[in-house]
Amino acid sequence: MTGLHLEGTASIDGTTVFDGVALPVVAGRWTCLLGRSGVGKSTIMRLIAGLADHVRFTGRIDGDDGQQLDQRITLMAQQDSLLPWLNTIDNVLLGARLRGQQLDRDRASQLIDQVGLGAHLHKKPHALSGGQRQRVALARTLMEDRPLVLLDEPFSALDARVRAEMQELAAEQLAGRTVLLVTHDPGEAARLGDNIHVMTGTGLITVEPPSTPVIRAYDDAEVLACQGRLLRLLREAS
Amino acid sequence: MIRLMRFVIVSAGLILLWHLLVVLTDLPPFILPGPMRVATALFGNIELISQHALVTIAEVLLGLGLGSLLGAMTAIGLAISPLARTMLRPMMVISQALPVFALAPLLTLWLGYGLWPKVIMALLIIYFPVTSAFFDGLMATPRGMLDLARVMNAQPWRIMTHIRIPAGLPGLASGLRLAAVYAPIGAIIGEWVGASQGLGYLMLLANGRAKTDLMFAALIVIVIITLSLHASVERLCRVLARRMQFDG
Repeated sequence: MTGLHLEGTASIDGTTVFDGVALPVVAGRWTCLLGRSGVGKSTIMRLIAGLADHVRFTGRIDGDDGQQLDQRITLMAQQDSLLPWLNTIDNVLLGARLRGQQLDRDRASQLIDQVGLGAHLHKKPHALSGGQRQRVALARTLMEDRPLVLLDEPFSALDARVRAEMQELAAEQLAGRTVLLVTHDPGEAARLGDNIHVMTGTGLITVEPPSTPVIRAYDDAEVLACQGRLLRLLREAS
Repeated sequence: MIRLMRFVIVSAGLILLWHLLVVLTDLPPFILPGPMRVATALFGNIELISQHALVTIAEVLLGLGLGSLLGAMTAIGLAISPLARTMLRPMMVISQALPVFALAPLLTLWLGYGLWPKVIMALLIIYFPVTSAFFDGLMATPRGMLDLARVMNAQPWRIMTHIRIPAGLPGLASGLRLAAVYAPIGAIIGEWVGASQGLGYLMLLANGRAKTDLMFAALIVIVIITLSLHASVERLCRVLARRMQFDG
């Protein structure tokens, strides 16, 4: 099991995005990074994913074991980025296809079953609802079978009911992996976070999560209290 | 069906207008022949016209095929290589400033009176629109898809074949639609400059002998060829688009 640690300063075109941030992502747990838009959460995500070509970063990003993170990360973002010309199973198999590996169709259909889309194996994305498309994206993420999972606001485009369902499904399916969830929804962080950090213009604030294990009920008193604390912090920070 | 009806009605209206113009202005047939006269010339010379039409069709299809292939390959090359972009793009724009029409005599001088100068004219005239439309399509791949591919440690050429090319096909399709209309223009210009066969050649020949009705007949056949070609390409693109995105 691998956790990771990011520590450093980032700027884009000479403008500082964040300065002296230290973010621990604990192995096998859900770490939630909460913050308003534009505070640099996505930059952190892109740095860890190795996608931040235009960002100047000084500091270090490494795994607990000191090994490279490359090839150990998978990403699920707000846009499902399903290829519209591929059906569900072929979208789930995309990673293997892009790497030129053997396609494990049995495992792909098993994962599609697990996310509840067994009846939609051969449908193309346009024939699926927003929630179903995110389920396909989740199955694609699981198919990659990597220890570190980056979730970049994957549920924020969904309506409240579907979002709650997806949070539960993701928590269940990603159990045991190291997850970094970037979100701007305090309720989501309070439900899912083993560790919760609020990103502000001046740095990270670590917030005590509810004492119950994830995934927590959204109407649990501790969750609601935590959600309130997080919202207050977000408002004070801006 | 409705499209066909509309086409028939519009065509009938234009022919009627043409007929009225001839009757009302009383122009001599060698200036403006009426629809009946042109129809007679068309069906009376059907063998001659189809013989020349086949040559033109061959030139157009070859030019369209080769031009599209070359254009598509150039677009992929430009999309892959930033170096190719900085080197080739200014050259491509300059090549567009050069009137392709002016090249026709040169091509005839170099390649003779046969098929190839016309094929190359058709190719040259469609090369830029195909390249440019497909290139734009290739460069417009949604960033989320490319990010995903990178995190998946995709091989770069597989990103091209599995994501960027399929995502760019609508761009190629709009280039091909334009090309279907432009390619016959290229072939006809080539035939005007120097040929012994083809509808453009037939038009010049008819013109020289004041057979204006035959000229019109050839012109109508060119229009029919162009429209059919455009309709076929349009249909092909639609079928492909449906197969890629909208079935299942």
